Amino acid sequence: MMPLSGDRPRSVILSIALTLIVVGLALAPFLFPGAKPLNVAAKICIFIALAASYDLLLGYTGVVSFAHTMFYGVGSYGVAIALYSLGARWDAIGLGLLIALPSAALLALAIGLFSLRVQTIFFAMITLAVASAFAVLASQLSWLTGGEDGRNFRVPEWLQPGTIFIPRDVLGVAVTGRTVTYYLLFVCCAALFLLLLRVVNSPFGRVLQAIRENPFRAEALGYRTVIHRTLANVLAAAVAAAVGALNALWLRYTGPDTSLSFAIMLDILLIVVIGGMGTLYGAIIGATLYVLAQNYLQALMGTVSTAAAEAGVPLLPQLFHPDRWLLWLGILFILSVYFFPSGIVGKLRRSTS
Amino acid sequence: MSATDIDAGAALPKAPRDLVPLLLPAALALIALPFIPSSSTWLTLTIAGLAMGMMIFVMASGLTLIFGLMDVLNFGHGAFIAIGAYMATLVLLPLTGWMQADSVWLNLAAVLPAIVLAVGVTGLLGLAFERVVIMPVYGQHLKQILITMGGMIVAEQLLYALFGPQQIPLPLPASLRGSFAIGEAAIEKYRVVCVLVGLAVFLAMLAVLNRTKIGLLIRAGVENTEMVEALGYRITRLFVGVFMAGSALAGLGGVMWGLYREQVNAAMGGELLVLVFIVVIIGGLGSVSGCFIGALLVALATNYVGFLVPKLALITDIALMVAVLLWRPRGLYPVTSR
Repeated sequence: MMPLSGDRPRSVILSIALTLIVVGLALAPFLFPGAKPLNVAAKICIFIALAASYDLLLGYTGVVSFAHTMFYGVGSYGVAIALYSLGARWDAIGLGLLIALPSAALLALAIGLFSLRVQTIFFAMITLAVASAFAVLASQLSWLTGGEDGRNFRVPEWLQPGTIFIPRDVLGVAVTGRTVTYYLLFVCCAALFLLLLRVVNSPFGRVLQAIRENPFRAEALGYRTVIHRTLANVLAAAVAAAVGALNALWLRYTGPDTSLSFAIMLDILLIVVIGGMGTLYGAIIGATLYVLAQNYLQALMGTVSTAAAEAGVPLLPQLFHPDRWLLWLGILFILSVYFFPSGIVGKLRRSTS
Repeated sequence: MSATDIDAGAALPKAPRDLVPLLLPAALALIALPFIPSSSTWLTLTIAGLAMGMMIFVMASGLTLIFGLMDVLNFGHGAFIAIGAYMATLVLLPLTGWMQADSVWLNLAAVLPAIVLAVGVTGLLGLAFERVVIMPVYGQHLKQILITMGGMIVAEQLLYALFGPQQIPLPLPASLRGSFAIGEAAIEKYRVVCVLVGLAVFLAMLAVLNRTKIGLLIRAGVENTEMVEALGYRITRLFVGVFMAGSALAGLGGVMWGLYREQVNAAMGGELLVLVFIVVIIGGLGSVSGCFIGALLVALATNYVGFLVPKLALITDIALMVAVLLWRPRGLYPVTSR
């Protein structure tokens, strides 16, 4: 068995960082007890798998999609609606997945066949239009989706925080339904990541990279670019939907802000670009840095903003207001696309070789 | 002599005219007629649709022209729309007195400087944006999409930071408020103004593109950039000029839209960007006439469907786009070189 599919980190620093992150996430419930750190760890797991699936499109196939959160949302809403209407049962989760994953894949297939024929720019525009229409639709169909309020739902007993399996005996931490949910999330995200790693290192993945480098040449060599791009899109969409379902289980809530908002799309873009496009390991590094920054730096921005307001400096309080988080992300995003297109992982690999 | 001998006196062969798309908006309006209970409602809806279409056209025309000439799709175009509207509030809010006055001239004295400021600022920002942000990534689609999208977000957030997150009211000037009646149909004055302004912009663009040397160069550039350059014209100047004009048009459209909605907020750029994209895709990327027809189609369809089946109005744009692309996969008027 080759869990890494022969695609090693190829850099000492990168290997150490990846090991630290994976071990940290694997032991998170015991190393960092408490509700907030566990939330952060779960969010990192989710964004690693989500960003990795997006990297299959952006980094490996060279197409920009703005509809990735739509597929993520399809998964989230699928599980949420099933659990909400059928009650906290395992078969409800199964049914939700059984409906959500194929619908995400079909939607991706339709969009892909429709728009990947022409140009990457076309695809980017159409995904943006479809995704925004979907977001509006989800908030309008309130009988189904709960509208802007979203849906709160109960999860099966094994996953509920109140269920205690071992009370305070494991390294002083109680093993509850929350811990079980976290490990479910961790294992699934890890499996999805390894699956994607397998895909990009398969002959199929090589063809995708050939298409990214030169579509005409790939076509001339006999590879059907439309079919390959569409399959990549479908695969990425299905993974995104699965991750969305996991996220819904973790939050026990699904609403437009947690699943469909454009801000999540930007998070994914930024993670992939900062981590390094075209390297799945970049998703791990990027997601970890990004989620940590979001949870701990945003608070710092608030402090800076208040301090600037007290010092009477004009404009700075507004610019550093925590709500302007996206402003700084946007600037960082532009700068990294210009100056570090290969991201952190690309830099590390280059300095080694 | 051989049969390929060319008669020097003969006119160049004319490009075949493709008139079918031109009929679409009229056909759409006629199809809608029997479904709508009264003809006066139909007239009101049609005028509203035309007005909305003209505004969308003003915003979208710049985007499609820039794409046609430079092969750059500016995802930041929405930001210019929002900035234009905000610039108008800078002038119009202090001049509220003139706006409320019951005199056409005082109203004009407030609105004209607002438009000049909006168009000027967005034009200059377009210049800066093209030189600083877009120039390094000519020819790299992936980076263009990412960077202009990033620019859009930064601009939107800056608007929030500078003007605050609240909506800013932007009332219409007194002389443009209200409506007049044709038969039983109530026609809002401002909508007629929008139709006139949109038509003027469209005709002016057609005249510049088809009757002037610059227009000739732009059309040649759309067909083959390198050839224009090889003939000794500085294509970069053309690029800058078109980018400025396109951004300024976005600013003008933003002012029109802000006055139409009578409010301005920073999110409007992103919302309109999606609409503009749909219009540009329907028209055929790079085609000004296609963009005009696409804008009218989208706006008319939205108005009719919004009246008949309000629930469906949300997906009208997308459905229309899908229908057009199934018929013509590259839009109504595909530009040959792209």
